[in-house]
Amino acid sequence: MTQARAPKRPRKNSAKGSAQADGLPQGLTSQDLVEYYSKMVMVRTMDERIWMLNRQGKVPISASAQGHEAAQLGSLLAARKDGDCFLFPYYRDLGIKMAAGLTPTEVMKSFMGKAGEPYSNARQFPLQGADLKHNIIQISNVVAAGLTQAVGYALGCRMMGEKTVVLVFFGDGASSQGETHEAMNFAGVHKVPVVFVCENNGYAISVPQSSQMAIADVASRAEGYGFPGVVVDGMDLVSVYEATREAIIHARAEGPVLLEMKVERFMPHTTDDDDRRYRPAEEVENLRQRDPVITMTAYMIEQGFLTQEQVEEIDAEAKRAINEATDAADAAALPDPSTLLDNLFVD
Amino acid sequence: MAVQTVIEAVREAMREEMRRDDKVFVMGEDVGKRGGVFLSTQGFIEEFGESRVINTPLAEASIMGIALGAAFRGLRPIPEVQFSDFLWPSVNQLVGEAARVCYGTDGNLPVPMVVRIPYGGGIRGGLFHSQNVEALFFHTPGLKVVAPATPYDAKGLLKSAIRDNNPVIFLEHKKTYRMVRGEVPEAEYLLPIGIADVKRAGSTLTLVSYGLMLHYCLEAAEVVSAEGIDVEVVDLRSLRPLDKATILESVKKTGKLMVVHEDNLTGGVGAEVAAVAADEAFEYLDGPVTRLCGPDIPTMPFAQTLEDAYLPNTEKIAEALRKLAAY
Ligand SMILES: Cc1ncc(C[n+]2csc(CCOP(=O)(O)OP(=O)(O)O)c2C)c(N)n1
Ligand SMILES: [Mg+2]
Repeated sequence: MTQARAPKRPRKNSAKGSAQADGLPQGLTSQDLVEYYSKMVMVRTMDERIWMLNRQGKVPISASAQGHEAAQLGSLLAARKDGDCFLFPYYRDLGIKMAAGLTPTEVMKSFMGKAGEPYSNARQFPLQGADLKHNIIQISNVVAAGLTQAVGYALGCRMMGEKTVVLVFFGDGASSQGETHEAMNFAGVHKVPVVFVCENNGYAISVPQSSQMAIADVASRAEGYGFPGVVVDGMDLVSVYEATREAIIHARAEGPVLLEMKVERFMPHTTDDDDRRYRPAEEVENLRQRDPVITMTAYMIEQGFLTQEQVEEIDAEAKRAINEATDAADAAALPDPSTLLDNLFVD
Repeated sequence: MAVQTVIEAVREAMREEMRRDDKVFVMGEDVGKRGGVFLSTQGFIEEFGESRVINTPLAEASIMGIALGAAFRGLRPIPEVQFSDFLWPSVNQLVGEAARVCYGTDGNLPVPMVVRIPYGGGIRGGLFHSQNVEALFFHTPGLKVVAPATPYDAKGLLKSAIRDNNPVIFLEHKKTYRMVRGEVPEAEYLLPIGIADVKRAGSTLTLVSYGLMLHYCLEAAEVVSAEGIDVEVVDLRSLRPLDKATILESVKKTGKLMVVHEDNLTGGVGAEVAAVAADEAFEYLDGPVTRLCGPDIPTMPFAQTLEDAYLPNTEKIAEALRKLAAY
């Protein structure tokens, strides 16, 4: 496992020593990439639609994943290929939660607060609670609160004699929390099979990284906990897949890894934020040059995994699915007020 | 029947449950070879090994967060806070997170976890080794809160708490650990959470308490019984859910209610008990509902005179009982 490194220029579509004959990293097929490219397009289309529906008054709140998609889907792909991972995402992880197996209608119902929504039956913010069918828990949006829980979950799995690796996701801002330190320290001491995944977008609402920490890479903190820290270009799905795959293998065999994915936040913090107060418009425009969806589209065509025509079909299919989901969720029932007091406890 | 102390009963309850169910484990500061600072886990690491008796780093938020995560996986963790006074760094995980999990997943994710908290004063602990922390948890839906006073209740309730699929805050009064002795059956038994116990039957007035103060209440009841005041003493045992039925039944019989607790007066358990009586037994009351509680300062001070001045005791309770009986 490589120690913390900070590539000044992101590595592009890196295929290192583990490359197969087709140039793809180990365990990865072109079908996987087509599948995850399609998921990425679906997530982006959903994300954009949700923002629009917010402006129309139909969705109360959303934290956009735009700019984080390659990071989220690349790590999800590695977790799914591994086959024995449990995920503790955070509020910006639409890509993970949706692509983990929810239908667009389920996602849309969640954003509209409709009955039967899979995470909390619309008691919580969108896609927050638990989706146990897809091995996901995110209890709250108190930043960093999931880290110690993820460590406990991984410890619990180990006590049950299981080989599960837990991936827990958080932002650069969340890395400042005391609980982040406590979680990493315990995981280091007890060699808990957990991968700490920091989606570093350089901002915590309006606070830039330079006011958040005095270091360039969150990953460099790993040394202080006695485990490896790795920096990866989070705008590139294949690099993320590879780094996450290695991290999972390491976590299972030797203990925790801190994986920092450098990403960009294209949108304001949430639908309630106005980033013009603290972020120059050109900054975002420049970032859009590195849009992970555009980058991956070019890559898929370049590599011959998809034709231009197929790309357009994928796009059209996403729009169709999201249209249908919007209509279905719009028509879905709201929770019955008589359920207000239900399920405070289990038997 | 064997006579045991509270700490022995607590230890036995955990030991029996750990033998019975591999999923039960303890974690906390010094719970390993030291056996806990109060020796509640004495001998555990030898019997159950390091994987089920986890000496944690000195960091309370992670003790609770990690226990919670293990509970998500279906284990039954018993995290220990060394002293109630040091639980504050973990409140995010207990009140912020654990209490909201079941409701916030619409019942899909159970939290079978028992947080053991040695609490309370009268031991010259000063501001940071005497705290009463029950009011915070008492106010929190989604938690169960248990505060036994006797070895028998401690054992039966702790065993039930460990088998419960919901988060239970288990408050053990430090001063009762070795001071209070009582008979504990050899055979296995469980006591239901949420059911109060009438520790002394009486007809003149109802005295509600829990924890260490329960014992002073019983003594005071004896003192005034010689004067013809026949006090019914209700031991809440569980604070949340609060056993309103037992409280109301007693109040309706006696017509007078007094609550005694060590915790601060304002916003405490006593305020809720008083409100329940006012709401649901108004026509039966023939005297003011009174509270004898710790004053509204941040915990009892260190100096003996100040600690004594803070705490209700047998004499103070007896005096208050006389006043209420005479009303
Ligand atoms: C403990 C806590 N404090 C404050 C907030 C309010 N808040 C929500 S998100 C956020 C910024 C988090 O930034 P970061 O961790 O970098 O994640 P990002 O939103 O950039 O993905 C803040 C301050 C919160 N949710 N939790
Ligand atoms: Mg950020």
